[in-house]
Amino acid sequence: MGNKQTIFTPEQLFYRYRDLAPQLVPLSYIDKPDVKLPYELIGSMAELKDNPFRQRIAEVFSEDGEGNMTLDDFLDMFSVLSEMAPRDLKAYYAFKIYDFNNDDYICKSDLEKTVNKLTRNELTPEEVCLVCDKVIDEADQDNDGRLSVEDFQHMIARAPDFLSTFHIRI
Amino acid sequence: MGRKKKCALQVIMEDVGMEIDGQVESDSESEEAEEGGKATRKQHSKEAIKSSGHERKKQNKNEEEVELEVEAPRQKRTTKKKSHKMNDSDGESEAGEAASGKKKRNKKASSKDQKEAENKEKQTKKKGKEQDKKQKKNPAESSSSSSASNSSDEESLSEEELTRLKEQVEEKKKLISTMRNKPWRMVKKLALLREAQAFVEKFEGALGKGKGKKFYAYKMLMAKKWMKFKRDFDNFKTQCIPWEMKIKEVESHFGSSVASYFIFLRWMYGVNMVLFGLIFGLVIIPEILMGIPYGSIPRKTVPRAEQATAMDFSVLWDFEGYIKYSALFYGYYNNQRTIGWLKYRLPMAYFMVGVSVFGYSLMVVIRSMARNANENTGDGDDNNFTFSWKMFTSWDYLIGNPETADNKFASITTSFKESIVDEQESNKDENIHLRRFLRVLANVLIICCLCGSGYLIYFVVKRSQTFSKMQNIGWYERNEVEIVMSLLGMFCPPLFETIASLEEYHPRIGLKWQLGRIFALFLGNLYTFLLALMDDVNGKLTEEVVIKNITHWTLLSYYNSSATNDSAVTPPPIDPADVPRGPCWETTVGIEFVRLTVSDILVTYVTILVGDFIRACFVRFVNYCWCWDLEAGFPSYAEFDISGNVLGLIFNQGMIWMGSFYAPGLVGINVLRLLTSMYFQCWAVMSSNVPHERVFKASKSNNFYMGLLLLILFLSLLPVAYTIMSLPPSFDCGPFSGKKRMYDVIQETIKQDFPLFIAKIFSYVANPGLIIPAVLLMVLAIYYLNAVAEAYQHANTELKKKMQMQRDEEKNKRNNKATTSSAMQDLDNLLVPGAMSASQPKSTEENKSDSTRRNSPAGKEGSTARNSNLTSSGRAEMLAPPPCVAITRPPRNSLRASHHRQSKPGAYQLGPYPGMGRGQPH
Repeated sequence: MGNKQTIFTPEQLFYRYRDLAPQLVPLSYIDKPDVKLPYELIGSMAELKDNPFRQRIAEVFSEDGEGNMTLDDFLDMFSVLSEMAPRDLKAYYAFKIYDFNNDDYICKSDLEKTVNKLTRNELTPEEVCLVCDKVIDEADQDNDGRLSVEDFQHMIARAPDFLSTFHIRI
Repeated sequence: MGRKKKCALQVIMEDVGMEIDGQVESDSESEEAEEGGKATRKQHSKEAIKSSGHERKKQNKNEEEVELEVEAPRQKRTTKKKSHKMNDSDGESEAGEAASGKKKRNKKASSKDQKEAENKEKQTKKKGKEQDKKQKKNPAESSSSSSASNSSDEESLSEEELTRLKEQVEEKKKLISTMRNKPWRMVKKLALLREAQAFVEKFEGALGKGKGKKFYAYKMLMAKKWMKFKRDFDNFKTQCIPWEMKIKEVESHFGSSVASYFIFLRWMYGVNMVLFGLIFGLVIIPEILMGIPYGSIPRKTVPRAEQATAMDFSVLWDFEGYIKYSALFYGYYNNQRTIGWLKYRLPMAYFMVGVSVFGYSLMVVIRSMARNANENTGDGDDNNFTFSWKMFTSWDYLIGNPETADNKFASITTSFKESIVDEQESNKDENIHLRRFLRVLANVLIICCLCGSGYLIYFVVKRSQTFSKMQNIGWYERNEVEIVMSLLGMFCPPLFETIASLEEYHPRIGLKWQLGRIFALFLGNLYTFLLALMDDVNGKLTEEVVIKNITHWTLLSYYNSSATNDSAVTPPPIDPADVPRGPCWETTVGIEFVRLTVSDILVTYVTILVGDFIRACFVRFVNYCWCWDLEAGFPSYAEFDISGNVLGLIFNQGMIWMGSFYAPGLVGINVLRLLTSMYFQCWAVMSSNVPHERVFKASKSNNFYMGLLLLILFLSLLPVAYTIMSLPPSFDCGPFSGKKRMYDVIQETIKQDFPLFIAKIFSYVANPGLIIPAVLLMVLAIYYLNAVAEAYQHANTELKKKMQMQRDEEKNKRNNKATTSSAMQDLDNLLVPGAMSASQPKSTEENKSDSTRRNSPAGKEGSTARNSNLTSSGRAEMLAPPPCVAITRPPRNSLRASHHRQSKPGAYQLGPYPGMGRGQPH
C-alpha cells in the first residue's frame, strides 16, 4: 500500500484496527476477508471515546451508515482526519458529520444537536435557539434558512483554527 | 513469420493493456466530470486523445474494435503492411475481450458490495478489467521471449507520441498526488492509485525519469519529518509558557475575564523577575561578595542598644534588628566609590539601577500596550462568523483524555455564554433617554461618594496631624486614619457596584468603570500614605541635623581624649556599635514599604482563605443541616472579584516601584508573593469560587489594566524622583552619604572617570536652554504622530463601515431578488390563470421523473462538493411543492422569501410564460 495519504503509516493503522478486535480481524488481508467492526468497538478507541461526535464520525465514514467499519472505512477516516488532508476535503466531511439527519443540509435541528453535544446540554433552550439563529444568520448565504455545503465551506474557509482542531493523531 | 506474428500479437496485447488503462482513465475522468472535478487540464488531454483516435480511424478503416481504439497512441505506428495480421489478432483479442466481459459479469454477480450505485459499479468494472489486463498481459509476456522487441518499439516512438505519453504520465502523477484530496471511498482510491502507479512506473522508464520517484518519496519523507518537528517545537513552546495550563483551566471554567487577571499576574511576574535580576545582579550580590563585611563600620552594625533584642522574631518581623542592617535596605551600603578587586562602582550602580528600574518598567508597559493595541486593530474585523466558528471549529478532535474533554466542554459552554451575553447586549432595545438619565445619575452619585470620601480622608489626616502633636492620646486617635481608610475600602466598592447596576452597562464596560472608580478611591489611600511618609521624612531630616553634630562631637572628643591620654599609642578604633547614628530616613521609608507589602500579602491571603475557602466549606457542608438553601440563598459561594484583585495587584506594584529604591530586597519579596499567589489564587478560584452569573468575554487586550498600571507607575515615579532630586541623603548611611544630593554621584563619575570633553558635553546637554527646545520638539512630534494615527484610524473605520455595508447590500440584494421574483410570479400567475391547469400535469410528471432520477442510487455517494450540489438542487426540485401551491400563495414580505425561493424551481417548470424568466434569481 504505497499510498501516502496519512501521516501515520498504514501498517500502524492496520494494527490499531486489529487491536480493536484481534479475534475478528485476521492478520493478512490478501484474500480480502469481509470483516466489519461494530460501532461499539470503534467508538471506544482512545482517540474517539471523548469526542461528542464520535457516533456521527463513525456513521459518516462507515459504508453502511451505521458506524460499523471495514478496514477501508477505517483508513478513510484517518486519512480525512490526518494532518495532511486538505481543507476542502476536511470541510466536506465535517459538513457530513454535522449534518445529523443526512439531508445534505445543516438545518436548525442539526445545529441544535451540535450545540447540545458541545455543551453537554448546559445551555437553556432559549440560549440554544439564539445560538442556532445566529449561526444561520451568519453563515447562510442564500437565505434559505439552512446551511448548504457551499455555505459551510465558505464559512469554514475563513475559520482560523479549523485545520488545527479537525484532525486526529495516533 | 511465426515470430513476427508473435511480435505483432504482443504488440496488440500491449495495446489492449494500455487501452484498458486509457479506458479506465477516461472512466475516471468522466466520473470526475460528473462529480465536478475541476481538472480542466485533464479534460483537455482527454480531448486530445480522442482526436488522435479519430485520426487513426481515418487511416485504418477496416479496424473493427471501435471501443479498443479510443486511445492507444502507439497503435498508430502499426503499418498498413501489418494490418492483415492484425485483423487476425484482433479476432483473438476480441475473444479475449468477450471472455473478460463474462468474467466481468461474473465478478459483478459475485461481488456483494453493490449497495453503492453507478460509480461503484464502474469501479468493479474497472477492477475486472484491470484483472483481465493482468491475466492477459502475463501470458503474453511470458510467451514472448524477446522483450527486446518491446524496447525497440519504445525506441521508435515519435516525438509527438512521446509528448503525449509524457502528458499522460504527468496526468497520472497528478492524480497520485491529488488522490488524497478526493472524497472517494478508500477502495476506489486504492484501485485508482495502484493503476496510476503502475502506469507511471511502466512508462516513466521510457521517458527516462525513473529517479523522480525516489526523489519524490524522499521529499515526502522530509516534508513529514519537518511537519512533525514543527509540531513538536510548537508543543515545546507552549509547554515553556509558565502556568499556561493552569490559566487555560481557569479560563475554561470562569471565562476569559477571570483568566485575564491571571494573565496579567503572569505578565507582572515576568516584569518583576527582570527587575529582580537587575537589582540582585547589579546591587545586592556585588555588595555581598565584594563590599566591606558586616560589623566593620557603623552603618553595617546593629547599635549597642538594639543588640540584645536584634534576633527576636517579633523584632525581625517588624524588619528591625539584623534585617534592618542588612543588604536588603538602603542604609547598609557604603559610600566608597569602588569596591573589591573589580573596582566596581557601587554607588553609581545603585543609582543607575534605581533609574533603570523605572526606565525598564515604563518601556515594557508602553511596549505591551502598543502591541496589544496593534493586535486589537489587527483582527478586529473577522467577527462575522463568531457563532459559526464556535459551533463548528471549537471542538478539538485531538482531545483523547476525559479530563481535558471535561475542560473543553466547560470552556465551550463558557465561550458560548460569553458570546450570548455580547449578543444580548447588542440586541437590547432600550429606552435611550431613561438609560442616559440613569447613567448621569449614577455618575453624579459616585462622584459625590468620591468627593465625600476624599474630604473625609483629608479631614482625618488633618486631625491626625494635630493629634500627633498632643501627648497621651487613645488608641482610636492614633489609628484613626487607618480605620477610616479600611472602612472606606470595605464599603465603597460594593456601594459603587450597586450604583453601577443602575447604568446597565455591558459587564465588560461595567468592569472598566468599576475599576476606574475604585482606583480613584484608592488614590486617596495612596495620598494619605505618602503624606504621612513625607511628614516622617521631614521630621527625620530635622532630627538628623542635630545628630550629625552630636556624632561629630563624639568622635572628635573620643579621638581628642585618647590623643591627650596616650599620644604614643594609636587609639583603639571606636566600636562601630557605639557610634551615635543618624535616623537614616531612607531605610525608614524602605522599611515602611516592606511592612506595607507584607501586611498586604497577609491580608490578601487571609481574605481569600476566610472569605472564599471557609465560606465555601461552610456553605457546602452546613447546607445539609440548615433551614434554608445556603448554596442558592444568602451566603452562597463567592464570585471571583476581578476588579479588586486587579487593583490590588496594580497598587502593590506601585508600592514596589516606590520602595525598591530604598529597599532593594523588596522586589525579591514581591517575586515570591506573585509566585505564591499564582498557585494560591488558582487553587482558591478552582476550589471555592463560582463563575459569574453572566460570564463575559474580556476585552482582547489587557490595555485597561495596563493603562492603570502606567498611571500608578507615573504616580510612584514622582515621589522617588522628588526625593532623589531635592532631598539631601543621610550623612551616615547609604551609598550617597556625604553628598549634597543623590544625583551628584553621576556628576562625580563624569568628572573623575571620563575625559574632559564629555563633562563639557554633559554640561551643555543639561543646560535648560537645550532641554526646553528638546521637550518642545518631542511634544510636536507626539502631536504629529497622534494626528497621523487618528487619520489612519478614521480611514480604517470608514473602510470597515464600507465593507459591512457591502456585505449587507449583497445580502439584501439576494433577499430582495427572492422577494421580487416571488411577487412577480404571483403577479404573472394571477394574470394568466387558465394556463395553470394545462401545465400542471406536465410539471408533476417532470417532478416524478426528477424523483426517479434522484432515487437512482447514484446520489448518496456522489462525493465531491459540486456533485452533491447538483444532487441537492435536484432534490430541491423534488422537494418543491406542486406548482399550484406556489401559485395560490399571496405575495409576502421578505421574511417568507426563503420559502418562496424554494418553490421556484417547481414553478419554473411551468415554462411557457415569458414572465417567469424575469423572476429567476440567477
